[in-house]
Amino acid sequence: MGSAKTNIRNSKTIRKTPPIASTGSIGWIRKNLFSSIPNTILTVISVYFLATIIPVAFDWAFISSQASGENRFSCSSSGACWAWIDQRWGQFLFGFYPESERWRPAVAFILLIPAILPWLIEDFFWQRYLRVFSIAYPVVATILLVGGAGLPEIPTDKFGGFMLNLIVGLSGIVLSLPIGVMLALGRRSKLPLIRYLCIGFIETVRGLPLIALLFVSNILLPIFLPTDVTLDSVVRVIIMVTAFAAAYIAEVIRGGLQAIPSGQYEAAQAMGLTYFNSMRLVILPQALRISIPGIVNTFIGLFKDTTLVIVIGLFDILGIANAMVSNPDWMGLSTETYVFVALFFFVVCFSMSRYSLWLERRLEKKGPHEW
Amino acid sequence: MFKGFLIGALLVAVIGYVIVDGGYLDLKDSSKSAKVTTKVAAESTLKKIQKRGNLQCGINTGLPGFAYTDDKGNWAGFDVAYCRALAAAVFGDPDKVKYVNLTGKNRFPALASGEIDVLSRNTTWTFSRDVKLGFTFIGVSYYDGQGFIGRKKLGVKSAKELDGASVCIQTGTTTELNLADFFRSNKIKYEPVPIETNEEARKAYLAERCDVYTTDASGLAATKSTFADANQHMVFPEIISKEPLGPLVRQGDDAWADIARWTLNALINAEEYGINSSNVEKLAEGTKNPEINRMLGSEGTLGQMLGLDKRWAVNAIKAGGNYGEIFDRYLGKNTPLGLARGLNASWGNGGILYAPPMR
Repeated sequence: MGSAKTNIRNSKTIRKTPPIASTGSIGWIRKNLFSSIPNTILTVISVYFLATIIPVAFDWAFISSQASGENRFSCSSSGACWAWIDQRWGQFLFGFYPESERWRPAVAFILLIPAILPWLIEDFFWQRYLRVFSIAYPVVATILLVGGAGLPEIPTDKFGGFMLNLIVGLSGIVLSLPIGVMLALGRRSKLPLIRYLCIGFIETVRGLPLIALLFVSNILLPIFLPTDVTLDSVVRVIIMVTAFAAAYIAEVIRGGLQAIPSGQYEAAQAMGLTYFNSMRLVILPQALRISIPGIVNTFIGLFKDTTLVIVIGLFDILGIANAMVSNPDWMGLSTETYVFVALFFFVVCFSMSRYSLWLERRLEKKGPHEW
Repeated sequence: MFKGFLIGALLVAVIGYVIVDGGYLDLKDSSKSAKVTTKVAAESTLKKIQKRGNLQCGINTGLPGFAYTDDKGNWAGFDVAYCRALAAAVFGDPDKVKYVNLTGKNRFPALASGEIDVLSRNTTWTFSRDVKLGFTFIGVSYYDGQGFIGRKKLGVKSAKELDGASVCIQTGTTTELNLADFFRSNKIKYEPVPIETNEEARKAYLAERCDVYTTDASGLAATKSTFADANQHMVFPEIISKEPLGPLVRQGDDAWADIARWTLNALINAEEYGINSSNVEKLAEGTKNPEINRMLGSEGTLGQMLGLDKRWAVNAIKAGGNYGEIFDRYLGKNTPLGLARGLNASWGNGGILYAPPMR
């Protein structure tokens, strides 16, 4: 009946490549950098700033810099004088810790890796054994750092440098999380005694700046304690930092707890779970997952706050850096010093933030019940 | 169902209490803590230091040459040397010192609260600090005066021509007050740029955030020595104030103030009598000069009067040498700071350093 026009195509479609302007690097640049007029203006400004800053910074840090020398007078060039860091990195890391014993904090730091990774990563090799080891780790580390068991004793006022930041920061992080969880649960408890104790603690500690708590620990505590009792100043700092972080963590976790629909609580009760089990198995896994960004945020803040120990006469990495740079042989090198110190904090804080992102993504895939 | 949780929470509360209280507090005797407070106040500073086993010394790590760490991680500097000498006089060991870094603002609360035993932090002796703040200055270890540094391109030859200039100034110091006085009495205006430490001020000045920087002349010399283009800057001729810097202690324990005072005097007298770190042991065996013999303990009972060992002065001098040796090592001509003795020379050598006799 005639050649009926059909809508059916008989030949193969010729596959056309997309226009060059929308693929590859050109496409990416157009889409991401020049998609609109405001975007284009921002791109041009950013490129201008980067082009002015990066060459100067690169030249200062690498090309014109000098890596060795006896004192600042041997650093003749206009760039950074890394000779200073080269000569003093031991003090930056270990403070006044005796040079012959510096292997001890180094070993303690290396042992930290197998102690902490099995808790951070699931299915880590030898997980079960390593978790047993990590419970023993605080004791091992204390013996290594302070002495005992055949090692000569090092008083804690010799602790300093980045080692001190790590000790205070990590102890604070590890101790404040469980305490924070308990405070958060306690604040929502139905028993008025516990509830008011927790509210009192959280609000008091959150209402004070950390620097004030440190002063209190240093000046007021010795007055209340009997004269023959002295609490080590590093221990005092750890207690205060932990208390401070725990109050913040408690509020972060309380936020998570409130986000859990009441159906979850009721379902757990209907299953006949005890309070402890319903929290452990149903509520906390969900609440903690929601709270991860807030918790890590608090930890990062805590880690940076460890530099405040300078006010009670401990010399952390920043304090010892200030003391070293007043050496007449080296004075005037504060830029190098602060860049170097900042690098340490950046590495630690950036790792923490990347880890929390990784953990969030992983938990999203697996679902809450597979903790 | 709250039982488990309740027990847990109580446990935490108890553990927390025990930790905070040091774990050794006798809970039954509640009157004890009240008694302890009064005991602390009454106990002499020397006793407290001896019991503690170290001297707590307030310092300033912000001023080059006065307190810093060397490449071995040992404390050094002009102010530190005094702490070491004092520890040596008390313990016979100059290393028994705990250093507390203090800023211009928190140095006085730290001393008043008993956090430190002595403040050796280039602090100016003034009427109100001595009288109203309740401290005892035990002498002058460095005679300083406030000056100005500025760029030569400003075209200014004297500080009196600085009308309208912006001035970098450390807060909480006497220099801040002197500056206001100086500009007011010369009827010229200035714009203060408040700064916390010497290093910050150096940076601010180099970044041209202020036209001139004012602080003690010793600090200016130290700061200028770090400039790459030092000949583009000048220190103006005016010294606008007297800044007698020295160590200080809390008022109320005169015995401790005496120990601190006479340790400083021993260092100054040692230079005058020609006692130094290398010959002090030999001279301590006895000399023809009775004054040296009294000071070094081979005659008389000066150490005993202070409640210290008779070798207190020997130990103090051995710690870092006499005043002249300390000055030369940390501030003098052969250091990067290159400060002249000037007023700080012994009174026999054209300076005003003059310590009372050891008798």
